[in-house]
Amino acid sequence: MAQFTLPANSKIQKGKLVNTVEGAKNVKKFMIYRWNPETGDNPRMDTYEVDLDQCGPMVLDALLKIKNEIDPTLTFRRSCREGICGSCAMNIDGKNTLACTKPIAEIKGSVKVYPLPHMEVVKDLIPDLTYFYAQYTCIKPWMETQSALPPDHEMLQSKEDRAKLDGLYECILCACCVTSCPSYWWNGNRYLGPATLLQAYRWIVDSRDETTGERLDNLEDPFRLYRCHTIMNCTNTCPKNLNPGKAISEIKKMLVRRR
Amino acid sequence: MQLRSPLARVRRLGSARAGTEEFIAQRLTAMALIPLLLWFVYSIIYLASADHPTVILWIRIPWHTVGLILLFLMLFHHAHSGLREVLQDYVHHEIVKTISMVAMKFVVITISISCVLAILRISLGG
Repeated sequence: MAQFTLPANSKIQKGKLVNTVEGAKNVKKFMIYRWNPETGDNPRMDTYEVDLDQCGPMVLDALLKIKNEIDPTLTFRRSCREGICGSCAMNIDGKNTLACTKPIAEIKGSVKVYPLPHMEVVKDLIPDLTYFYAQYTCIKPWMETQSALPPDHEMLQSKEDRAKLDGLYECILCACCVTSCPSYWWNGNRYLGPATLLQAYRWIVDSRDETTGERLDNLEDPFRLYRCHTIMNCTNTCPKNLNPGKAISEIKKMLVRRR
Repeated sequence: MQLRSPLARVRRLGSARAGTEEFIAQRLTAMALIPLLLWFVYSIIYLASADHPTVILWIRIPWHTVGLILLFLMLFHHAHSGLREVLQDYVHHEIVKTISMVAMKFVVITISISCVLAILRISLGG
């Protein structure tokens, strides 16, 4: 059956207050999920105090300040700090988003930070995305053609056809949508999830690709595609404001149309 | 320990090339149920104070018979679809899933046939 409670060794325990800030006016508490595979202890929520007057505006700035100045053992992924690499995706204040584009000012009370939900945790805020990347590979995210490529120029595309890729090519594969989707929580081993399906649609509608039918064949499956019940958590949570729910509906419409 | 590569696990047995007909049927039955249920609820209210022979006579009007049979067939087709989705979503043990799917299908078909037979007996019976 679907698992509605955490296994015993994943139950989150109350952590400790790591530091306090004295004499500052603008102090924010950050409660952060900590888990170290080497100790064998259950995960815990440690609390850190950060002086916001001495910190950048985004949640990632606070995490970096904590790592640099308070607790170097805090582990998380980050790279571009401008919402284009997707590394710092995590669950902040109850919603999956990118730490680098989430302003601390938007959060009332203490800031709760968890790793992306329902994925195995490597350490602290780092989820294991291996299977997600394999799912992405499975949809062959590259152009496939049978016709010989033009020897002296690029494959051309009309402006209208290019416009069809808008709202799709911007996906940075941060996995916020995938890990917010209940269907993916229950059937993530077989359901491809919103990000992978949005990417699949990106290649399906590309006018230059010649394997649209094969791509649709690959998706036409009660589990791979039809586990999507239009819950729309994906669209609600996407930090890039994309609409995976709509892309999935478009795939379903194409499958109906080719009957 | 899992020795198969993640991609092999994702690809598994491949795509079933199925689900679209189910998807269409689910929507068509849902659309058919809107007018049928509105008509049915209206009729139930209309018949609320009627006595037994009046209801029998109402069911015997041919297009009422057809309407009721259609209603129950659409309803149970749609219910079957919905229950199948629920089982696929939440039951992950393969044997339990197969048994519950078959049992569910059996029960739904039995109820559907019983309903149709009941209506036909009232409608055609002496």
